Amino acid sequence: MAVPQKTKKLLANTGDSSAFSFKTETKSFFKAPRGLTEELIREISAFKNEPKWMLDFRLNAYKVFLKESMPKWGADLSGIDFENIRYYVRPQDKAKTKWEDVPSEIKDTFDKLGIPEAERKFLAGTGAQFESEMVYHSVQENLSKLGVIFESTDDGLKNHPELFKKYFSTIIPVRDNKFAALNSAVWSGGSFIYIPKGVHVELPLQAYFRINTENMGQFERTLIIADEGSSVHYVEGCTAPTYSTDSLHSAVVEIMVMKGARVQYTTIQNWSSNVYNLVTKRAVAQEDAQMFWLDCNLGSKVTMKYPSIILSGKRAKGEIQSLAFAAHGQHQDAGGKVIHLASDTSSTIVSKSISKDNGRSTYRGLVKVVKGAKNVKTRVVCDALMLDSTSRSDTYPTMDIREQDVAVAHEATVAKIGEEELFYLMSRGLTEEQAATMIVNGFAAPIVKQLPMEYAVELNRLLALEMTGSVG
Amino acid sequence: MSKKTTLQIKNLHASIDGIKILNGVSLNVSSGEVHVIMGQNGSGKSTLLSVLMGHPRYSVDGGSIKLDNLNILKMSVNERAQAGLFLGFQHPQVVAGVSYGNFLRTARNTVAMARDKKAVAVSPMDFAKGMKAEMERLKIDPIFISRSVNEGFSGGEKKKSEVLQMAMLEPKIAFLDEIDSGLDIDALKIVAKELVALHKKQKMALVVVSHNPKLIALLSPKKVHVMSKGKVVKSGGKELVKQIEKLGYDAFLKK
Repeated sequence: MAVPQKTKKLLANTGDSSAFSFKTETKSFFKAPRGLTEELIREISAFKNEPKWMLDFRLNAYKVFLKESMPKWGADLSGIDFENIRYYVRPQDKAKTKWEDVPSEIKDTFDKLGIPEAERKFLAGTGAQFESEMVYHSVQENLSKLGVIFESTDDGLKNHPELFKKYFSTIIPVRDNKFAALNSAVWSGGSFIYIPKGVHVELPLQAYFRINTENMGQFERTLIIADEGSSVHYVEGCTAPTYSTDSLHSAVVEIMVMKGARVQYTTIQNWSSNVYNLVTKRAVAQEDAQMFWLDCNLGSKVTMKYPSIILSGKRAKGEIQSLAFAAHGQHQDAGGKVIHLASDTSSTIVSKSISKDNGRSTYRGLVKVVKGAKNVKTRVVCDALMLDSTSRSDTYPTMDIREQDVAVAHEATVAKIGEEELFYLMSRGLTEEQAATMIVNGFAAPIVKQLPMEYAVELNRLLALEMTGSVG
Repeated sequence: MSKKTTLQIKNLHASIDGIKILNGVSLNVSSGEVHVIMGQNGSGKSTLLSVLMGHPRYSVDGGSIKLDNLNILKMSVNERAQAGLFLGFQHPQVVAGVSYGNFLRTARNTVAMARDKKAVAVSPMDFAKGMKAEMERLKIDPIFISRSVNEGFSGGEKKKSEVLQMAMLEPKIAFLDEIDSGLDIDALKIVAKELVALHKKQKMALVVVSHNPKLIALLSPKKVHVMSKGKVVKSGGKELVKQIEKLGYDAFLKK
C-alpha cells in the first residue's frame, strides 16, 4: 500500500484485492541463482564493495544460520524451501536520487503504486526498494542541511562508516534467531536513518518495499538512530505480486532512541498471500525516550513478527499497537515484547486481530520487568474478532515480573461478529457485506485512527477490499 | 410516498429454538395509519416486530407477510428496509468504532438508491445539514454525529436516536418497540410530537408497541390491538386503552 492518491484510483478501477498483484517485466542487472552458498555471500559483498568487517560479519552470520534450528513454536514454516529462494536480485547498478534516473519499468511499477507522487504531498522523504536494492532515495533538502540522514543502508555503510558500525547489529545480534542470522548473512537495502540532536522531522519518512521476482527473498536491514531530543516518524509499506510458489521476506530493524527522543515506526504490510514474512524488529529507548510501533498486517501467507522495545533508561515509554487481518490461508502470528530494565518506565501493548474464512491469528506477547525496575506501569489489551466459525484466534500473553512495585493491567476479549449488530445495521438497509465491513472497520478504528490521515483512509479501503465477497 | 401502501400480515406463525411464539397473527396496516399493540409481557409483541423485520434467529413456520405485492418473507433484512420497513429497537445495538453520522449517511444513500435508481448519494455536507435540523427537533446533542453508534448513549438518547434514524431513512411503515422506555416526560413529548409530524408529513404508518397510556394518547392511534399468547385477541379504537387500564388484560383474555 502506501500511497493513497494514486492507489485509490487504481483500486477504484480494478475493484478487486489483486490491485497490487501485477507483475513487471524487468531486466535485472544481476540475478543470483537459487539457493544460498558462501560463494554467493562473498559475491554480494564484493558487488557492494563492502569493507572486510562486513564480509566477515556476513560469513559468520551464515554459519550461525546453518547451525540454528527453525523456531519450534509459532506458525508453520515447513513450506519454506531455502534451496529454492533467490537471495539476491539487483535491479540496477546503483540507487538513484532523481526519479527520472530510475529504469522505466521499475518507475512504472512504483508509479502504479503512487510513488513518488505522494512524496511531494505529505512526506519528508521517500525510499523505494525493488527486489534486493533501494532503487531510489530522497529527503527534503532543508532536512539534509540540518544533518538528517535518510539513505539506503548500503549507502549508510559507505558514507557514514563510524556511525554505522557503532550501532549496527548491537540491538539485534546475529544469534538472536535463525532468520535474524539469515538476514545478517545476506542483508541488502533497507533504510539508514540518523536524526541529529534536537531535530524534529515533522512529516513522515516513508520507505516502500516491493518484491517482483518469483521465489524472491528480500532481506532489507533498517537502522534508525534518533539522537537526543529528536523525533521522527518512519512509515513502511510492502506489496508483491501473487505467484503460485512462495517468497520470503525476512527483515531486521534496529532502532536506537536516545535520551528524550521519540520514534514512531509504522508498518502497513500487504504482501501477497505467497510471502512468508518473518521479521525481527527491536528498539532501545533510553532515559525519557519514547518508542511507538504501529504495526498493521493485512497480507502475507505467514507473518511472525513481534516488535520489541527495551526500556533501558528511566521514565522511558514504549507503546506497541498492532492490527492483524487473517483471511483464508493466512496465519498472522504477531504481538509485541517490552522489557522494562529501568524504574518509572511504562508500556502499552494493544493488539487487535480479525480472522475470517479459515484464517488464523495469534497474539504472542511478552512483558518483562527485571528486578530493580521500580514503579513500572504496563497495560496489555488484546481483542480478537472472528467473522465465522472456521477462523481461529489464539492468545499467548506472557508476563515475567520480578519486582513488587508494578502496576499491571491485562484485558483480553474474543468475539464473534455479532448477529445482533449485523441485524441492527441491516435493518437500516445496509447489505450484509456493508454491515460486516462497517463492524470490522469499527473494530479496527482505535488502531487505524492513529495512522496519518492518508494511510488511515487507505487502510480502511484495504480492509473493505478484504471483506469483499466475504459474506452472503 | 403519495401512493397508499398496505402491509398485510396473515396467520403468521413463528418460533425460536423450537419454541412457538407467534400462533397466527393477522393484521393490516396502511400508510397514514397509526396502530398500537398492547399486551402482557411474553405475549409476542416484540417477536412480531422482529419477525416482520427478518431477525435471523426466528423461524417463520407459516402464514404470510406482504407489502402491497411484495412477499416480505422472501426478502433479506436489508431488502425489507429498502422496501420501506423500519424497526425502532427496544434495546438499540452498540456498534463500537462506527461513526454515527457516517453509518446513517451510508444507510440513507443505500436505501435511497435502492428505492429509486435515479437517486444520487447525498453529500456529507448536505446530509449533515438535514440531520442536524432533525436532531434539533428531537433535542439531540450534535456531538452524537461524531460518536460511535449508540456507544455511551443514555437510555433516552438511544430512543431519540432511533427516531432520528427513522426520520432520515423515510420508511413507509415503521415499527417502534417500546420507544417510550427510558424517556422522561419531556423527552416523551418531544418524541411523540416528532413521530406525529413524521407520520403526517410522510404519510408514514406507525405500528407502536407500548404500555404507556401517555404516549398512546399523544399518538392518537386509529387502531389498538391486544396480543396474547402469540395472537391478536382484540382490536378496537382508542377506547380499548381505557378499558385495559380499568380492567387489566385478563378481561380480554378470558373471552
